[in-house]
Amino acid sequence: MMGDAAPLVLARGVERKFGPVVALRGVDLQLTAGEVVLLLGPNGAGKSTLLRCIAGLARPTRGTILVAGRDVHSDPLARAGLGLLSHHAFVYDDLTARENLRFAAALHGLDGVEARVQDALEAVGLMRWADTTVAGFSRGTLQRLAIARSTLHHPALLLLDEPFTGLDAAAAAELRHRIAADRTAGRAVICVTHEPGEAWLPATRVVVLLAGRLVLDLPRPDSLEEFRVTYARAIAS
Amino acid sequence: MSTLHAALAIARKDLRIEWRHKTALLTATLFAILVLLIFVFARDPASVPLAAIAPSVLWVTLALSALVALNRAFLLEREHSALEGILLAPVARQAIFWGKWLANLAFVLTVQAIAFPLWILFFNVTPSLALIAVAGVAVLAAIGFTAVGTLFSAMAVRTRFAELLLPVLLLPFMIPPVFAASEATLRLLAGRPMGELWGWLRLLALYDLAFLVLANLLFPVVVDE
Repeated sequence: MMGDAAPLVLARGVERKFGPVVALRGVDLQLTAGEVVLLLGPNGAGKSTLLRCIAGLARPTRGTILVAGRDVHSDPLARAGLGLLSHHAFVYDDLTARENLRFAAALHGLDGVEARVQDALEAVGLMRWADTTVAGFSRGTLQRLAIARSTLHHPALLLLDEPFTGLDAAAAAELRHRIAADRTAGRAVICVTHEPGEAWLPATRVVVLLAGRLVLDLPRPDSLEEFRVTYARAIAS
Repeated sequence: MSTLHAALAIARKDLRIEWRHKTALLTATLFAILVLLIFVFARDPASVPLAAIAPSVLWVTLALSALVALNRAFLLEREHSALEGILLAPVARQAIFWGKWLANLAFVLTVQAIAFPLWILFFNVTPSLALIAVAGVAVLAAIGFTAVGTLFSAMAVRTRFAELLLPVLLLPFMIPPVFAASEATLRLLAGRPMGELWGWLRLLALYDLAFLVLANLLFPVVVDE
């Protein structure tokens, strides 16, 4: 699936091995601005590995990945417009929430750091804990900080790996709203999840990985229930 | 963002975290004091005068306490996979090396600055201008082995036994600078002519240059998955 615009992500023949284990087998994926992709698949399908390859954290054994036309592994500028929300928060226990965000802002070379940090903290409802060291944060609070960190630089491409983990209902709704807002603003999102219902409404497209292969790539159907049947068939086949 | 700015941001962050707790600094300093005391009390005063072993003891102490200090370099990047957060930033991988190296160097030099006067005190070293030159040799040696230590620390942290692996990897590479610095210190304290020193100082400078360049080149390979 792609529109007429230049692709934000262009993955061609991506293969990734971990020793004898093949995590990705020749995955082709193209993503343009404004698309919200739900990346689904059972455990071990290669979803997180694909996300890590697109983020430049894992190098494909074979194939190429371009982000905004640049090789994400050899050109640091390719990572400027990229945000990743992973299973890990990428923060330091001994720094406060504000200090962690300041550090992230410094690494991205952002202007107006204090205002951006303040906005990011407010957006995820962390003002109360802004000057508290991360060591004492609950799982949900840590996840809120991770969201603030990954979106601090307003990335054109947001990669979300099980983003709803640890969030309460209000925070999960806020994240869904944010994904929808990103789509409207012309940003692209890839959201890895086991439960498509979590981000069904803001999604524009559904991609299914199975044993490292891309087996399904279609516009988001109107009916989640109908899709569940299609999904189950794809996995069973 | 330039490599320099990113490196400075990383170094500032590391030093801020260390300054907040001072755990590693206190541990390394205490370790240095204990090593000095062990040498003072373990020798036979009748057959081994303090002055004879002072240069070697200084370098054994500084090298081992630096090892304690370097061990922490990437351990703090383990929590919440913070290193990956840096790898996601639009900066060259080398910036991470330079930032970590700067912080480690500052840290090792601080430990040295505390251990050095204690060494003078415990080993009855006569205060003289030569001690300033010895301090200069300490800085020269620290530049190189901190570069190697930063590289190996990044390698070791990806393993399950980082704390055990780092000394095994690093100690063989510390032998050349420790040996050269010890020889230079011996000659400085004995008031030998500068001509006898140049060879050792050149060796230290060459070691620094070689390992700064090598570590800079190899670091991206070490941190990439």
